Amino acid sequence: MVELAVGDRRILARSDFPAFLDALNKLGYRVVGPTVRDGAIVYGPIDRVEDLPVGWTERQEAGKYRLERRGDEALFGYAVGPHSWKKYLFPAHERLWTASRKESRFVPAPEPADGPPLAFLGVRACELAAIALQDHVFAKAGDVAYATRRARALRIAVQCGQAGGTCFCVSTGTGPAVGPSHDLALTEILTAERHVFFVEVGSPMGARVLASVPLGPASVEDERTVEQIVARTSASMGRTMVVSGIRDLLVNHPEHPRWELAGQRCLACTNCTMACPTCFCQTTEEVPDLSGERVERWRRWDSCFNSAFSELHGTPIRKSTSSRYRQWMTHKLATWHDQFGSSGCVGCGRCITWCPVGIDITEEAAAIRASPPPQVVEERT
Amino acid sequence: MSGSAEGMPNPWLPVPYSVQERRSETPDTVTLVLAPGAGPAPLRFGPGQFNMLYLFGIGEVPISICGDPADSQHYVHTIRSAGRISDALCRVAPGATVGVRGPYGTGWPIREAVGHDVVIVAGGLGLPPLRPALLEILRHRDRYGRVEVIYGARSPKDLVYYDQIQAWRSRPDLRFQTTVDTAGHDWHGDVGVVTTRLPDARFEPKDTVAFLCGPEIMMKLTAQALVQRGVDRDAIWVSLERNMKCAIGLCGHCQFGADFVCRNGPVVRYRAVERAFSTREL
Repeated sequence: MVELAVGDRRILARSDFPAFLDALNKLGYRVVGPTVRDGAIVYGPIDRVEDLPVGWTERQEAGKYRLERRGDEALFGYAVGPHSWKKYLFPAHERLWTASRKESRFVPAPEPADGPPLAFLGVRACELAAIALQDHVFAKAGDVAYATRRARALRIAVQCGQAGGTCFCVSTGTGPAVGPSHDLALTEILTAERHVFFVEVGSPMGARVLASVPLGPASVEDERTVEQIVARTSASMGRTMVVSGIRDLLVNHPEHPRWELAGQRCLACTNCTMACPTCFCQTTEEVPDLSGERVERWRRWDSCFNSAFSELHGTPIRKSTSSRYRQWMTHKLATWHDQFGSSGCVGCGRCITWCPVGIDITEEAAAIRASPPPQVVEERT
Repeated sequence: MSGSAEGMPNPWLPVPYSVQERRSETPDTVTLVLAPGAGPAPLRFGPGQFNMLYLFGIGEVPISICGDPADSQHYVHTIRSAGRISDALCRVAPGATVGVRGPYGTGWPIREAVGHDVVIVAGGLGLPPLRPALLEILRHRDRYGRVEVIYGARSPKDLVYYDQIQAWRSRPDLRFQTTVDTAGHDWHGDVGVVTTRLPDARFEPKDTVAFLCGPEIMMKLTAQALVQRGVDRDAIWVSLERNMKCAIGLCGHCQFGADFVCRNGPVVRYRAVERAFSTREL
């Protein structure tokens, strides 16, 4: 068998997909990916092909999400659901360390990294971008647990064959074509005659996975088909957002009346921040046992929409919901540039779909752009 | 992500220190002197930086370092009982163990102040974060021009470092004004907010570096008064305070505009936050 190299392209038949999953398992990976649960496509363990949402798709709109049957047996015929890969790399609730009291002293012990490495199956282009953004955030903080999990995780990307109703990755420049940073990238090709996956090798580890999987050659025709699939998806984005100059636009208009309007609709439920694949805010918790001899230090996803989030000396700095919405959106689209050198938004549309009142970040950004009131002019003395 | 995380220091782990001394400053404020015990000596800190202090079974809070930067053996922290965790910290006994993570954040630019007049204005518990800067300036007193300190507190009983202030007040090379918002008949000092003492302060506005620490409104009004007097916005420094859970730029709580106060602050140029100071609920 010829060793595959990074950049190589092959065809994996749908009938050999079980062999692909076996290869991952044999290398010690636990495969996680999209699966249907509770009326949505979420991420969970994938033990066999049938665990994937075979033949399912979804309809997404602002505040709306409905599963629907497709007319075919596609494995990846949908966009993204309420979960993102951050639940694996940055778990919603995670023990940081434990400590036991020894006389008057205590000795903290870090949480060991355990469990098998994960293979993320079905990472969309926007999600690869989101992982890269969180990599940057957690690396800058020196977070060991994140780095450990991330270093062990395998990213099997899937290029989207269709866009969701709230997708706008074309606007944010994060999709739908998968960039070079992945271990393997799949594109599902499904016609009346043929159901195969165009596979591109993105890393030596990706090549190793494929070593024991039956593959066929990829033709120029296949490559053209893949390009057409990506072009079709690009052309069918449910949303658009003008991102040029958005950093200054939002930073310079903290008193725009639109914030107040969004605040009147927003329930401060935190859904957008939980569903967002890049939101990283967190809080810490001290959990002593009943004897008081042992404590556990935990972290938990937090949200800038919570009142306690900005609390200082018992009073929240951001009392109004509008100030919290402004904080979230300004951070995501504007001040993220100052902090991490890029936008914090990957255009996945989750915050739009999963907002119970359907607040649409693209619509809010457009409204602020359409009618910027006079800028706050700095006083000069 | 290339490479592995093995061997990376874990920034979440506190280092146990023991409480060597506990001094009561005011009815609700204490100063703790922390020593590393058998562990390594404290990391050097810059005036204005802070530590995360942790109490077993209680939790963790950011507290500025207020000891002498030349003391390489201890961390000194002045803590006001303002919540569940700071209240527990105020009650620890000598010999108790306190976890320390730090030092974190930016500090007062005392090198930038060399050769200039220095105006230090502290409101309430704003004095402790400024104390290391003042000690450092006094250690090299000849490097600076006039040094003016204005310290305001709510009432005479809220003044911290009482004995040291008496010593500072007796120095001929330092002007230390103390004022309180309200006082009884037994108070012979000044009454009024810190800005009322500013006209008395002697400094050359164009050649002055100012360090301000206290409630945001106090810093804002003081900075405005200094600017009125001709001090450059870039020569005025303020120390910000925000909710903090991690101190490593990760929990998101301390964001103030584009800044993570834990990383880009707490000490920042007034010019950088002037507009933010006037933005509601930022």
